[in-house]
Amino acid sequence: MSFKNTFNNYNWNTLEREIYQVSTKEVAAVLEKEKISLNDFKTLISPAAKPFIESMARRSNSLTKKRFGNTIQMYIPMYLSNECQNICTYCGFSMTNKIPRKTLTDAEILKEVNHIKSLGYDHILLVTGEANKTVGVSYIKHAIDLIRSQFANISIEVQPLDQDEYETLISAGLYAVLVYQETYHKATYKIHHPKGKKSNFDYRLDTPDRLGRAGIHKIGLGALFGLEDWRVDSFYTALHLKYLQKTYWKTKYSISFPRLRPHQGGLDPKVEMTDADLVQLICAYRLLDEDVELSMSTRESEVFRNHCIHLGITSISAESKTNPGGYTAEPESLEQFEISDERSTAEIKTMIESQGYEVVWKDWANNWE
Amino acid sequence: MKDILKIADKTFNSRLFTGTGKFSSPQNMKDAILASKSELVTVALKRVDIENESDDMLTHLKAKHINLLPNTSGVRTAKEAIFASQLAREALKTNWIKLEIHPDPKYLLPDPIETLKAAEELVRLGFVVMPYIHADPVLCKRLEEVGVQCVMPLGAPIGSNKGIKTLEFLEIIIDQSNVPVIVDAGIGAPSHAAFAMELGADAVLVNTAIAVSQNPVQMGMAFKQAVEAGRLAYNAKLAPVKNHAEASSPLTSFLNN
Repeated sequence: MSFKNTFNNYNWNTLEREIYQVSTKEVAAVLEKEKISLNDFKTLISPAAKPFIESMARRSNSLTKKRFGNTIQMYIPMYLSNECQNICTYCGFSMTNKIPRKTLTDAEILKEVNHIKSLGYDHILLVTGEANKTVGVSYIKHAIDLIRSQFANISIEVQPLDQDEYETLISAGLYAVLVYQETYHKATYKIHHPKGKKSNFDYRLDTPDRLGRAGIHKIGLGALFGLEDWRVDSFYTALHLKYLQKTYWKTKYSISFPRLRPHQGGLDPKVEMTDADLVQLICAYRLLDEDVELSMSTRESEVFRNHCIHLGITSISAESKTNPGGYTAEPESLEQFEISDERSTAEIKTMIESQGYEVVWKDWANNWE
Repeated sequence: MKDILKIADKTFNSRLFTGTGKFSSPQNMKDAILASKSELVTVALKRVDIENESDDMLTHLKAKHINLLPNTSGVRTAKEAIFASQLAREALKTNWIKLEIHPDPKYLLPDPIETLKAAEELVRLGFVVMPYIHADPVLCKRLEEVGVQCVMPLGAPIGSNKGIKTLEFLEIIIDQSNVPVIVDAGIGAPSHAAFAMELGADAVLVNTAIAVSQNPVQMGMAFKQAVEAGRLAYNAKLAPVKNHAEASSPLTSFLNN
C-alpha cells in the first residue's frame, strides 16, 4: 500500500470541474463549520471562495495563534551543488543549461556554515540537484556528519531516495525531507521532466511513503505553482497530506508554496497564481489542518512576506542564496532561481518582531538519538 | 449505496453490538438481543460451560444472523488472555476475540500494556482481535500497527451508564483510525449511542443499559433505532454549529494595493 492507491481513485478533470462549480452558498456553509474536511478544502480553494478571503484569513490567524503561539520559525537553505542529470524545464540547474557546475568541498561547506551560524541560524536546509555519482547518498551523509554538531535541526531537499538510504541519513542526524511532487498532473509532469531519474512520476509520488516507513521526523510537501492549475494540484497535495498523516502518524508535516520564479532558461507559468490566490490557499490549508507547518520562502515579495506571518505561515527563510557557495565560498556561481525578498536576516527579524511575534531560531535537539 | 460495516471478513447490517451479561434470564436476554437486531454478541468465556453443548446461554443464541464474539473478561495478564482466547477458539469455533484485560476488579479498567502485548501475539496466532481499551489515540495507533481489526475505546467506565465522557479523545481516534472504531462501555442511553454514531463511530457495543432496563426488549429496540439514526445523521452531515470569527483589523487589505 502506498499513496499511489489513493491517488488512483481521483481524476484530475473531475476534480477540476468540481472545484470550479462550487457556489457562493456552499462556501458560506463550509465556513460555518467547526471542522473542515478534505471536501470542504476543495470548496475553500474554489474561485467562489475568493470573496470570503478576509474571514478565512481571520480564522486562519486565530487557529495558527492557538496552535503555534506568536512565533515564527527561521530557517535558511544551503545549496551544496548545482550538478544535475535531470531535465526540468523550469529549473536553472537543468542538465541542458550550459552553466558552470559546482559542488562544495568540505572546506567550502564549513566556510558557508560559519557565515550562516553568524547570522543566528540553528535550522538548516541542505539543497542539491540530482547527480548520483558526485552528490549521492554518501556525499549527503558526509555533509550531515560535517555540520551536525553545529545545527539543532538539519533538513534536506535533494533527489528522492530509497528507504534504506533515508534510514542511513536519519541515523546520521537528518530531521526532515522536503520533496515536492511539482505537479500531480501525470501528463504535464512528463512534459516538464522528460529526462533523468526525475521523469519517474510514480517513484517520486511514493517518496513520502518511503520516508514515513524510514521513520523520518518531518516531511515537507508541495506543488510547484505555474505548471498546472494550482487549485487541483493543491487538492492533491492536501489529499497526500491527509493520507500520510493517517498512515505515518509519528511524522510531522509541512507545506510549502513555491511559485515559479525567473531563472536562466526560464519558463513562463502556464497557469497564473495571484497573491490573493496564494493567500486563499494558505488560509485554506490552515482551516483544514491546525497542526501542519506552513512555510514561506524568499521567492515571495517583501510586502507579501510582511503580511503572510499573520495569515497562517509558521516558518520563513531569509536572505537565501540559491547557488552553491552563494553566501561566501563562491558567490558568483549560478543560482537556481532569483529570490524576491532580498532583505537581510536582521531586517526580517526586526520586521517579525515589530508585528508582535517572537523569532525562533532553535526548536529541536539533534543529540538525543 | 448500502451502508455496511465490514470487520475482517464479516459484514454487518447492524452497527449495534450487544452483550450477554446481567440479564434476568436467558430467555430475557434472547428476546432483547433479537429485538435489537444485533448481529455481533459478545459472550464472556468465563460464563460459558464450554464442556456442555446444551449450555443455557449458548442455546439461546442460536439465531442465524447472530455471530458470537467470545471475550476474555476476567483475565488479568496478556498470558492469561492468550490462553483464554485459544480456549474460546476451540470451544466456540471462532477466531474472533474481544480482548479485555482488566486487572482491576473494581472499575474494570483495561490494562493498555498487557492489551498491546496480547494483541500482537493473538494477531500472530491468526485471531481477529477486537481490543477493549481506554480512549487513548496513541494506543489505538499502536494496536493498529500490530494488526488488530478494530479498536474498542471506552466512552466511560464499563457499566457506569455515564455516556460519552471521553469525547475529545474519541474524536481524535475516529479522525486518525484506519480500522473501524467501536465505542464500547459507558453507553447508558440510546441518546449516548446516537451521539457516538453522529461523531463517526463505526459501531457501538451496549450491554448493561439494555440488560438492566426494566424492559430489555423495548430498550433493545430503542438502541437499534438510536444507532441507525446516529449513523444516518453522520452520513447526512450535521448542520454546522455557528462559528463567529473575532473582529480585528483587516488582514488581507494589502492585496488591494
